[in-house]
Amino acid sequence: MPTSTSAPRRRRRPPTNPAADDAQLLAFYRQMVLVRRFEERAARAYTEARIGGYCHLNLGEEATVAGLAAALDPTDYLFATYREHGYALARGIAPERVMAELYGRTDGVSGGWGGSMHMFDADTRFMGGYGIVGGQVPLATGAALAIEYRGGGEAVVCLLGDGTTNIGAFHESLNLAALWHLPIVYVIVNNGLGMGTTVEQASAEPELHRRAAAYRMDSARVDGNDPTAVYDAVRTALAGARAGRPYLLETVSGRLKGHSVVDPAKYRSRAEAAALAAADPVAAYAVRLHGAGLLTDELIAEIDADATATVAAAADFAEHSPHPDVSTLFDHTYATPVPNDARRLPGEPLFPVPANGVPA
Amino acid sequence: MTVRSYREALHDALRTELRRDESVFLLGEEIGRFEGSYKITAGLLDEFGPKRVRDTPIAEEGFTGAAVGAAMLGLRPVVEIMTINFSLLALDQIVNHAAKVYGMFGGQARVPMVIRTPGGGGQQLGATHSQNVELYYAFVPGMKVVAPSDPADAKALLLAAIRDDDPVLVLENLALYNTRGEVPDHDEPAPIGTARITRTGTDITLVAYSRMAAVALQVAERLAETDGIDAEVVDLRSLRPLDRDTVVASVRKTNCAVVLEDDWLTYGIGAEVAATISDGAFDWLDAPVRRVAMAEVPLPYAKPLETAALPSADDAIAAVRQTLDAVARRR
Repeated sequence: MPTSTSAPRRRRRPPTNPAADDAQLLAFYRQMVLVRRFEERAARAYTEARIGGYCHLNLGEEATVAGLAAALDPTDYLFATYREHGYALARGIAPERVMAELYGRTDGVSGGWGGSMHMFDADTRFMGGYGIVGGQVPLATGAALAIEYRGGGEAVVCLLGDGTTNIGAFHESLNLAALWHLPIVYVIVNNGLGMGTTVEQASAEPELHRRAAAYRMDSARVDGNDPTAVYDAVRTALAGARAGRPYLLETVSGRLKGHSVVDPAKYRSRAEAAALAAADPVAAYAVRLHGAGLLTDELIAEIDADATATVAAAADFAEHSPHPDVSTLFDHTYATPVPNDARRLPGEPLFPVPANGVPA
Repeated sequence: MTVRSYREALHDALRTELRRDESVFLLGEEIGRFEGSYKITAGLLDEFGPKRVRDTPIAEEGFTGAAVGAAMLGLRPVVEIMTINFSLLALDQIVNHAAKVYGMFGGQARVPMVIRTPGGGGQQLGATHSQNVELYYAFVPGMKVVAPSDPADAKALLLAAIRDDDPVLVLENLALYNTRGEVPDHDEPAPIGTARITRTGTDITLVAYSRMAAVALQVAERLAETDGIDAEVVDLRSLRPLDRDTVVASVRKTNCAVVLEDDWLTYGIGAEVAATISDGAFDWLDAPVRRVAMAEVPLPYAKPLETAALPSADDAIAAVRQTLDAVARRR
């Protein structure tokens, strides 16, 4: 099986339908702006203590989010990391439900049980964000195994970060996928940093897609700041995966802010931060579409206003969604009820205390 | 009823479920061509083919996690982990994923998978191959853990585990594989989450699971013959959920208890049982609850050291006699 280390060839767009093509290019932009505004709104809600726990944002990753999500078929499965809000939105989950999950409310996509790191939606086959680095990689591999077992035409896309390529489960999973010809695309979203540790500090082979060679797996690295490049690369990768050739794709983009909302990113020099801001994929893509005549200043403002209104409405919805009732605390321990499942609150005794102190 | 070995009973349950349900499949190291390290899966590759009986690379974390993912899409994988010692390599996938997916996503994704794995020492396998770490899994809400002690329960609990929509760890035991007993010819599962009184008695309660539940029965018979003691034996069978009511009801009747366990005493399963008895039968107790458990050392290879470290029937008999002496002094 050949291992290509260059980006897959750009998909030829149908020349007979340029309008559809332009619509896709604009749709990428709308998606990117929505993710940007959503994440900014989430950061604000976090600082206002409406959101608890950890909160990792897709700021700087918008082009990858938009290009990747558009490349999936509706029946494909997507497994994500804990930095997954944007992917949840792009997969088609209503912004209200994503925001409500951040707020920990009943209308949240996981009913308030998951929070920022653990969103899941069966309808859109968004198979979850996962809080343990790389925990989703064996799971996604198993989902691909289930597809292969049933003989379906779907595929799995498994997101992972650059740091995840150093855990054992990454190796074990890619080996299984290649060995069993599973329909899966692993996508390394390389933003150059673990939390503050660089790829070069952590990976003996910093060109991460090259790891695929160990499994005779096809692979490529693409510019994660270009939604069309990501889209084309994922389509190519998925075509191979559906034919039983799993694929390792690496997208390279920046992380505009800290690891999570509370990280001031002091490990970064001012020059690095300035370079990242200058390479902002949303702004760069706007310039590109502007130059191509697809975006005007008015349209930019309109798209921005739409996204801002959408996330404001999402935050308002989340704010008014009910908190889960404490009576539901034991609803999701087991899917199959069995006797003696413990349903005791912390202060309650295991056995009733006799009122008069004398045993019955 | 047919007399079967514990090994055969497990095999029968796997074969029954593979025939009954296309979504059931087996995966693990050396389970196909090699027919399993302990031959539980012997013949199943020939009967069901490599899709249903899947040999994996040595990658416990990878294939256990893959089973979780396959279960999330509705398959019913039955994972064999060669011994419970090796399950530690899959700890993240079991504890952080199999046990969490259902609750963490608000009940949207089920994980109907089984992990079969034997514990047990006594085979001179040394420190890393002789552990009883079922507690690690029984500690975790979201997991179910069963520990059959005889062939009938081995079959019935494995059937229940495969038909359950939650992750179930079925604790087998190296020393039990060759034990024999009557097994019903029907395919009725046993209820997970319930203990079983395997011998009724009035003088003392013996609480145990897995191998030590079989030992407890032998102990009870010997005590009846030699000391005229009528012991009741509670086989926990299920470590999570834990059937506390059955334990407490028995102790309220006998007024004293000894717990027999193959794991280490400190923080072990027996500690939970003793605490349960304290909570539910304090006013009925006539002596402290004794625990007979493994010596707290990495299990040595040399036979005399290994034998000394493992709990035996004689250890249990001594503990019972001392407990009943304490009861007699008190009364």
